[in-house]
Amino acid sequence: MHKGLKIAAVVLLLYVHVGGLLFDVPRLDILNETIRALYFHVPMWFGMILLFGLSVYHAVKYLRNPNIESDRKSVEFANVGLLFGILGIVTGMFWANYTWGSPWHGDPKQNGAAIALLVYLAYFVLRASVENEEQRGRLSAVYNIFAFAAMIPLIFIIPRLTSSVHPGSGGNPGFNMYDLDSRMRLVFYPAVIGWFLLGFWIANLRIRAHAVEEKIYEAENETH
Amino acid sequence: MPQILNLVQKEFTLELRRKAVISGIALYLVSLTFIVYITFSLRNNVINEATWSALFWLAILFSVINSVAKSFIGEKKGLSIYYYSLVSPQAIIASKIIYNTLLCIFLSGVGFVLFAVFIGNPVQDLVIFCTTLALSSWGFSAALSLISGIAAKANNSSVLMAVLSFPVVIAILLMAIKVTKNALDGLDRGSSSDELINLLAINCILTALAYLLFPYIWRS
Repeated sequence: MHKGLKIAAVVLLLYVHVGGLLFDVPRLDILNETIRALYFHVPMWFGMILLFGLSVYHAVKYLRNPNIESDRKSVEFANVGLLFGILGIVTGMFWANYTWGSPWHGDPKQNGAAIALLVYLAYFVLRASVENEEQRGRLSAVYNIFAFAAMIPLIFIIPRLTSSVHPGSGGNPGFNMYDLDSRMRLVFYPAVIGWFLLGFWIANLRIRAHAVEEKIYEAENETH
Repeated sequence: MPQILNLVQKEFTLELRRKAVISGIALYLVSLTFIVYITFSLRNNVINEATWSALFWLAILFSVINSVAKSFIGEKKGLSIYYYSLVSPQAIIASKIIYNTLLCIFLSGVGFVLFAVFIGNPVQDLVIFCTTLALSSWGFSAALSLISGIAAKANNSSVLMAVLSFPVVIAILLMAIKVTKNALDGLDRGSSSDELINLLAINCILTALAYLLFPYIWRS
């Protein structure tokens, strides 16, 4: 990963934490200060979708040209995407506890999110139950692509068809309705980029760490 | 195309020859319905429409997963190598999807009759309801045929089959339940058209992907 991107991630997230907690936000009933969840909760979903997307991209690459590197990338992006998804659900539950009155509301968006996590948990179960490395790569890549495609309607279409109490859907205003002078955007967009870069960075570190482990393992095998 | 038809015919012949399998699934469905009947003690109680549709779709989902799972899981090792030398993988997945769709339509039809007999028939718009059954059968069989192929290559395949298929079929199930609710309430047909078109779109995506991706799992 380019050094500039790492610096950008650190600077953006510093700015998001300072700005997100201190800058002025619209005063609204019920929401009050919880509107700041926008800077921390919503970027988790953007990050998750992008990271899962990258995972699918590498899965397609693996099927076209099977090599261990694409497989590794696919797994690690899915791993970090899963982490983002879990953080997204947890931050969402905190927020819902203060605004909706209970952490789990059975809202279509919450259900869609939970199913997205189920898909990738199933993906890891599948990986764990195949021993042959090549077959594991191939089967999990196929499932990754298939399940991602099946997940799209759940996340992007069904929440828009059903009534939902989540902001930004089912007739509920999203933040752009209140944010008349675009102050929140000044923090929100950097937050989306910053969090995604952080996730990308973590995934890259894990991929490199794994490559090193592999080399050490090979070197040890040669000496014995 | 003739390859696909031949393979579908082969599936039917095999299915009719092994009567134990198909009667096993039928018995599974009967038992499920009967368990519902007993656990809700329906001799004295009546269930409302929402519960009816939830129970109906659960019964259909489980029997469909069980019956489609065997499309690859039960097959002997040597058989796939034999097919591999004879026909293209696309023909195999296409024939499995067609055959499983017909099987699923049959199962949901039987399930509906059983539910109507034991638990009651609250369906007001039969045409919409049957369309939903047919469309969801197609969707289930497209998704589950591919997943059965994946699960067959892995260890503990029966558990894996369930775990892998639930998140994939939930979209179909949600759409089907929504249309079922409209059909039970006897709403105007126009109100279900959005969901039916969505269901059709999901089916097309899943079928196309299964067709494209199957050759990769078949190769091993």
